[in-house]
Formats: sequence, structure tokens, C-alpha cells
Amino acid sequence: MTRTNVALLVLIAGVAALPLFGGAYALRLGTIACMYAVLALSWNIVGGLAGYPSFATAAFFGFGAYATGVLLGKGAPLAVSVMFSLIASFILAAALGAVLLRLRGHYFAIASLSLVEVLRELVNNATDLTGGGMGLNIPLASGSGILADAMFFFYAMWGLLLATALVVIAVMGSKLGFGLACIRQNENASNMIGLNANLYKSIAFGLSACFVGAAGGVYAAWVHYIDPSDVFDILYSVKPIVMALMGGLGSPFGVVCGAFLYLGLEELVWRNYIQIHSGVLGVLIVMLLLFLPHGLTSLRARMFWGRARHV
Amino acid sequence: MSEILRLSQVSRHFGGLQALREVTIAVNKGEVLGLIGPNGAGKTTLVNTVCGVTPASSGAIIFDGHDITGLKTYQTARKGLSRTFQIVQPFADFSALDNVAAAALFSQSGNSLGAAREQAHAHLDFVGLGAQANQSAATLTLAMRKRLELAKALAMKPKLLFLDEVNAGLNSAEVERATRLIHQLAADGITIVMIEHLMKVVLNVCTRIAVLHNGQLIADGQPRDVIRNSSVVDAYLGQQYAQRNAARG
Repeated sequence: MTRTNVALLVLIAGVAALPLFGGAYALRLGTIACMYAVLALSWNIVGGLAGYPSFATAAFFGFGAYATGVLLGKGAPLAVSVMFSLIASFILAAALGAVLLRLRGHYFAIASLSLVEVLRELVNNATDLTGGGMGLNIPLASGSGILADAMFFFYAMWGLLLATALVVIAVMGSKLGFGLACIRQNENASNMIGLNANLYKSIAFGLSACFVGAAGGVYAAWVHYIDPSDVFDILYSVKPIVMALMGGLGSPFGVVCGAFLYLGLEELVWRNYIQIHSGVLGVLIVMLLLFLPHGLTSLRARMFWGRARHV
Repeated sequence: MSEILRLSQVSRHFGGLQALREVTIAVNKGEVLGLIGPNGAGKTTLVNTVCGVTPASSGAIIFDGHDITGLKTYQTARKGLSRTFQIVQPFADFSALDNVAAAALFSQSGNSLGAAREQAHAHLDFVGLGAQANQSAATLTLAMRKRLELAKALAMKPKLLFLDEVNAGLNSAEVERATRLIHQLAADGITIVMIEHLMKVVLNVCTRIAVLHNGQLIADGQPRDVIRNSSVVDAYLGQQYAQRNAARG
């Protein structure tokens, strides 16, 4: 295992100790941090490793949230519902990916963006199943008190983050990860050496969707109420991309750092400049990307090893 | 000699442009076939059509006893067809070693990355890039990248190798080196179809020559016969070349 992968696991293990230091607020923040990290790590599989800029994260987040929400409403246990969301998201994404991933670059980005709108409209109109625009109330999972609930959902999201990180590390060390790197660099040449690029891309898209769907499921159970404009919010597509860019495209450790940094900035700015918070956050992100185009990981490499990066 | 590749009545058009017109040609095992013709004659299209990059509009392609018409690129690659690109297509961020390892890894099933890297070393040594194994492909010179293409193609253990202008853009010393490599490959028994503009190389290496003009096969035969063929002289070689050739005897 490479040094950065060890660093990633250490970082995630460190996050698990969060409940020791804080109350409900810290737990809420920690849960969101883990969720953001799951989204960013997942996006990195298709966006960073395979080089396909997907805007479909919100689609699978919403899909997972609704799949879990509906199942919970029908009385299924949480673990089963989230597992179902995970598997269904994988299958849905892999199947859609087989079609969408024939497009490249901007065309793929727009097509993946439209996926969010399509799913949102479907959920909006399937009123009987999803409650449509009125949203969906989700029964309380337990009832053992606010703090215990917060703790439970923090560890649920943290567990998901750990699973995502382990899968990403496994993918990067495997033939699949090697193939995705080939596709990112030169897809025609990849096909020419016998690599089934469409299959690899579809698997990557499925993997990038399944943990997002599961995260959506845990989120739905956590907040007890979801509606289409909340869980199909396009920001769920954009934020992971910003996090990945801030942290360092392609590097799982960097991407998770980017997710935490993003959440830190978001929270800080929101607390101090409540009226102009999105403006300030936007300016900060633009500055970061301008002065650190290869993300946090490039900073570390430059400072400690003085190694030049070829991109 | 037995046939390894047969094209029957293969046509390919791009909209109104007829790039290949009912080309029928066979390649025998172990031979080095030179594919020549003016720019735009359809030479690269022919290679692309066989490899499945641009599927044939009509006609049939038989490779090694299997009908490969309409197969996808990665499928033909796994059947033992490999090629180099006229415009080199390296994986730019990878080292030279990983470029070749990728070819060894994905063209044959059941190959591990470690084993693929090991094989890659041998192929890099063969093309003379052993010292550059850990260098990023983007930093190699054009001549080296052309040889890297060749190493990648060889790592696929091809039954038939298409060389698309491996000598274009090289200086004469580099051409000589590349020619030696091709000779060696031919001696190893790999069937080669090469697209080439340098007649010196063609006549030096090829055991047979086929000429394409406007998507049609206008000549096919022994090198010494083909270069005297009047339609080939008119379409491609030119009178000057023919006279010089005649003077040389």
C-alpha cells in the first residue's frame, strides 16, 4: 500500500474519534464531513481516475435517499434499505453508464447533468410512491434520544466512508484502476491494446454511484424528511467536483482532505458572513483553484520533496 | 503458405466519400506486405477497418479462420491483431514500462500486472528502450515514442502486426535502426503489413507489395513487378522514379 493510502486510512480513523471531543454539533458536522468525503471519493472514481467529468452525483444521491426512504416507510430495516440502495444505484448507474459514457468531455458532463433532472421529475410525478413535491416523511429509526441518534448516524456515515475508501484503494491497486488510468490518458489507444473501455467505464460509473446512493439512504434516515429539491439539489453534483479539485484530482487522500477543507470553509464562512456566505465561499474557492490548481496534495509534494509534477 | 487474413469485397464510405472500394486481398502467414499509395488512398482506413475502428460498410474480413467483420477494436486486439499508429498514441503520464505493460496486461486474459511488467522489460529491451523504462512517455523523443509504439504492439503477442508509417518523421539513422527491427520481427515469424512511403525501406523489407489508389487495389505482387507496373507509376511512384529505377536496372 502506498504512503498516501496509509495517510488516508489514518485520517479516516482519526475522524472516528470525533465523538470524544464534542457534542451534538460536532457530531452533525462530522456526519456531513463523512458524507461529503463519500461523495467526493466516489466522484473521483469516474472523474479523477477515468477522466469523465460526471455531474450525476446528485441523481444517485437522490435515488438512494428515495429508495431508502420508501423502503423504510414500508417497514424494512435500515441496514437492508441502505444495502438495497447501494446495489440498485450500482446497477442503475452501470446500465446508464453503458449508454452515457459513449459521450466524451463536455457532452458527457451535460448528459450526466440531465440525469439529475430526469430523476427529479420522475420522483416529483410518482406521487403515490414518493409523495411528489410534498416530500416524504421517514419514520424515526430508533427513538433512543437525540444524542444517541446523532452518534448512530455519525458512525453509519463513517462506516460508509471507510467502505468507500477501502474500495477505492482496492480499485486503484487493481487491473481496473490501471485500465481506468489508460482510458483517462488515451481511450483510443486503450481499445487498441485489447481493453474493453466501455465495460471499464460502466463499472467505474457504477462504483462511483453505489456509495453515493447508500450515503443518500443514510442521509434520508438521518434527517427524517426529504423532498426532491433537497436531495436532487444540483449542489450535490457540484460540491464533490470542487472538493476533488481542491484536494487534488485523482488522489483519494487529497480528495478526502479537499472534502474536509470544503466543509470547514463552508461552515466558517456561513457562521461569519451569513448574509453573503455563498459569495465569500465562491471567491475563496476561485482563489484556491487559481493559486493551487493541482490541489492540496501538490502543495505537500512541492513543500516536502520538491518534486515537479507533470500533468 | 497459409492465409492469415483475407478481405473480401471490403468497402468503407464516410458519407459520400468512398474510402475503400471492394478491396479483396489476402495476407499469408510470415510475409511482410508493403501497403503503398498516395496520401488519401485509403491505406490507414484499410487498417482501421480490419481493426474495427471504422467498421466495414460491406464485405467480409476473415482473420486466422474467424470472421472478424464488425468486431470491436478491443476484440480484434485480443484475437492477435495489433498495430502502431501513424500519429503516436502513448499513455503520456505513464512510464515507458507501464505503457508496454498495459498492452501485455489487457491483450491477454489471465495476465497479472506484475507479470505484464516483467514481459514489458523484455519488449523494451528489444526495441532499445531498456534504459528509458522508467521515463515518462511524454518526455521521450519522437523516434523513441515510435519504438515505444512498436514495443506496445509486440507486447500483445500479435499474429499480425500493422505498422502504420513507423518511419515517418525519423532521420536516416533512425530509419535504419527501425528497419533492422522490422527485419528481426519478420525473422521471428511475425506476419507484418506495413504502410510506408519510403520506397527504399519498402523494397528492402517487403516480400510483397500492394498498391491502393482512390480506395481501390490497383496492384498486388512481387516488389520488382509492382514498381514497374504502369498504373502504379502513374498513380504513385511517378515517371522520374521509374526512370531512375530502370537506369539502376
